[in-house]
Amino acid sequence: MTRFVQRWGVFAGLVVVWELLTWLADDPFFPRPSEIVMAAQGLWFSGPPGDLFLTDAVFEHLFPSVGRLLAGWVIAAVIGISLGVALGRSTAAMQYAGPLLTFMRSIPPPALVPVFLLVFSAGTQMQLATIVFGVLWPILLNSVDGARSVDATKFETSAVFRIPKAQWILGVVLPSAAPKIFAGLRVSLSLSLVLMVVSELVGTDNGIGSQLLVAQREFDFPDMWAGIVLLGVLGYALNTVLLAFERKALAWQPKQERTPATVEEKV
Amino acid sequence: MRALTRGLLGVAGFLVIWELFGRSRLVPAEYLPPPSVVAVELVKLLGDEAFLRDVIATVLALLIAVGLSVGIAVPLGLVLGSVTSVRHATRAVVEFLRPIPSVALIPLAIVLLGIGPETKITLAVYAAIWPILFNTIYALDELDPLLVETARAFGSGRVRVLVSVALPSALPFVLTGIRLAATTSLVVLVSVELLAGGSGGIGQFIMEARSGAGRMDLVLAGTVVAGVIGYLVNEGLERAQRRWVGWSSVTGGRS
Amino acid sequence: MTAMLEVAELGHTYQAKDGAYTAIADLSFTVGTGELVCVVGPSGCGKSTLLRTISGLIRPTRGQISLHGNEVNGVPDDLAVVFQDYSRSLFPWLTVQKNVEFPLRRNLGRAERRARAAEALEWVGLADAGRKYPWQLSGGMQQRVAIARALAYRPALLLMDEPFASVDAQTRFELEDLLLKVRTEQDTTVLVVTHDIDESVYLGDRILVLSTSPASVVADLKVDLPAQRDQITTRESEAFVALRGEVARLLNVGKTSEEVKARRKANEQQAAKWAEAERAESERADVSRDEAEERATT
Repeated sequence: MTRFVQRWGVFAGLVVVWELLTWLADDPFFPRPSEIVMAAQGLWFSGPPGDLFLTDAVFEHLFPSVGRLLAGWVIAAVIGISLGVALGRSTAAMQYAGPLLTFMRSIPPPALVPVFLLVFSAGTQMQLATIVFGVLWPILLNSVDGARSVDATKFETSAVFRIPKAQWILGVVLPSAAPKIFAGLRVSLSLSLVLMVVSELVGTDNGIGSQLLVAQREFDFPDMWAGIVLLGVLGYALNTVLLAFERKALAWQPKQERTPATVEEKV
Repeated sequence: MRALTRGLLGVAGFLVIWELFGRSRLVPAEYLPPPSVVAVELVKLLGDEAFLRDVIATVLALLIAVGLSVGIAVPLGLVLGSVTSVRHATRAVVEFLRPIPSVALIPLAIVLLGIGPETKITLAVYAAIWPILFNTIYALDELDPLLVETARAFGSGRVRVLVSVALPSALPFVLTGIRLAATTSLVVLVSVELLAGGSGGIGQFIMEARSGAGRMDLVLAGTVVAGVIGYLVNEGLERAQRRWVGWSSVTGGRS
Repeated sequence: MTAMLEVAELGHTYQAKDGAYTAIADLSFTVGTGELVCVVGPSGCGKSTLLRTISGLIRPTRGQISLHGNEVNGVPDDLAVVFQDYSRSLFPWLTVQKNVEFPLRRNLGRAERRARAAEALEWVGLADAGRKYPWQLSGGMQQRVAIARALAYRPALLLMDEPFASVDAQTRFELEDLLLKVRTEQDTTVLVVTHDIDESVYLGDRILVLSTSPASVVADLKVDLPAQRDQITTRESEAFVALRGEVARLLNVGKTSEEVKARRKANEQQAAKWAEAERAESERADVSRDEAEERATT
């Protein structure tokens, strides 16, 4: 509790310092945090009471952005986990697919934006394709690693008790792989946010990224900063929710085997 | 040996399917040129000076960005990792800054810094600092207290302990951080090149190939080269890790 | 007494990259219903290969195995194994209770599964530990969970692979007594593979002494000790000491002639090679299992 107060106390102090510095500097590029908050309020929280004071911009830009992000991530998760577990349990299949996968995941995902722009032209399909293809690999490769990590004794135990195939996959392989899979999911979630922004910055007229461009064109710096802060908050919130879920799902792990979320990241 | 053969077969199979698909007219040829066409373009590009300049621009920016972020993040991580009070005080800043996706700063950075290479390098450094910083801090947390005690018992001072005990045992983690940082930097660099242009680079090349004549073959050839760069960066750093700190169990596995 | 397990002219040869290794030369023996038989042999003599062939994990290259009259061809339906490495054989993500229930999910309803698991945990003295996770228990308690899991499965034959080799001496005594108690109470047929001579004499109704590799049966000894055994008095008794000496002599223990030393070293090297061949084999089995399932589903 005191930690919590301490942390947010320091945070509040920082905002005050930021306010003072920007007030002293008086630079149009660096608006004061109070101005940013005002801009954010004007942009998103000045709607009619019937919509919980949310503005049209929230419904037209924020929600679709988050929707695409989550949809892309979920699609990638479903493909990545199922394919990854299958490949991880079959040495031969992994030998065939390994080099191909290594190359695919080496492609910096934004480089594929032009590819998908040509195939789908700007729009939701292209954005989804970018996110799915970009974030698939961390999930897939971590699932492969996880599925491989099932030890021989667990395999023999399951074989001796004649555990049926479905129970073996769902009850043994998947839980064994779960810590790795979650590590992959975490990396992918932050990568989803990055790709969501990139895909919206390439000339679309919908989403938070496109709003940033509008603000840039109009030299409206408080609006631009508000967008940046919003994306930061979004990243923080998504990660926090996933971490909470992960802690719950992996509550069975002995404490000393857990590694903090930040270190395990594999891109 | 068998693994290698199978791997090559896998790649060959993929290319054959793509070739057949590309030639089948199921999809318009301008959407999916077959690999034979892309390969020809690729070979032509490799002899093309302008293209090579783009590749060098990206690789050079990557090297600078990684170098800068190592220079910033490792000392910072050592301080934050060994002085707990400083870490607690700065925790809020770190937690506030880290979730901001670097690409969200692109529009602002363009206005502030223009569209030259400094923009993309700045943003790449911003993105690359975090993995190195966190891995360095974590490494110091994981430092075996026994080692420190031993060093202290032999009369080593605080700085001495940091240099002779903490740094070597932190090295595997730091290298993992650098590897992640390099991959992240490349993602950011390509993003900025795509969106801002003006500073050259493989990303700009790919984007121009699309927006000009919509040359999918060039786009794909560029993407392949980007993939090769990504592969070499990751593989190279992984090898370095195995070679220099092969004694450590912390290699960060594959991926 | 009817035979629960019959092993006839069993042999197994591993195919490795650099040649073939015969782990088991020629083994024939039977285990009667309700008996507790210990298989004792020097390390690397093929004990664990024997156990894996009986449990159907690997197919022997020669000979037959039958369990209550049915030929073993793949893993039998009513056989359970307690492995040495309890920390790996238990599932860390399941509570103790769920671990015991896990193999029962195949053909029992929820209520019955629970009842059986609770009952088995009570047999091993862990009635209160059901909601804990395995890693919250001591090593000896974890191995008890593994025994409870095997018993709850109601196997016709319980195989134990060096079951007490990874616990400390005190705990080992406790677990040995626990095994003797539950097997009398539940009337289970048990085959224990061990390298510990004292343990084999203390636990067994019969002892099968194996030769160095390739394994064959050197002696089939009846243990003439009262059914009720005690860690102190039994181990002091003349019969125990005599039998223990006999087994030790059969195994050449203590003889440090150059010949024995050399043979032992060779055996150890061979054991390492088998382990490798076995891993490769089980990997192949895993893959072929996957492939078979794939074919079945498409």
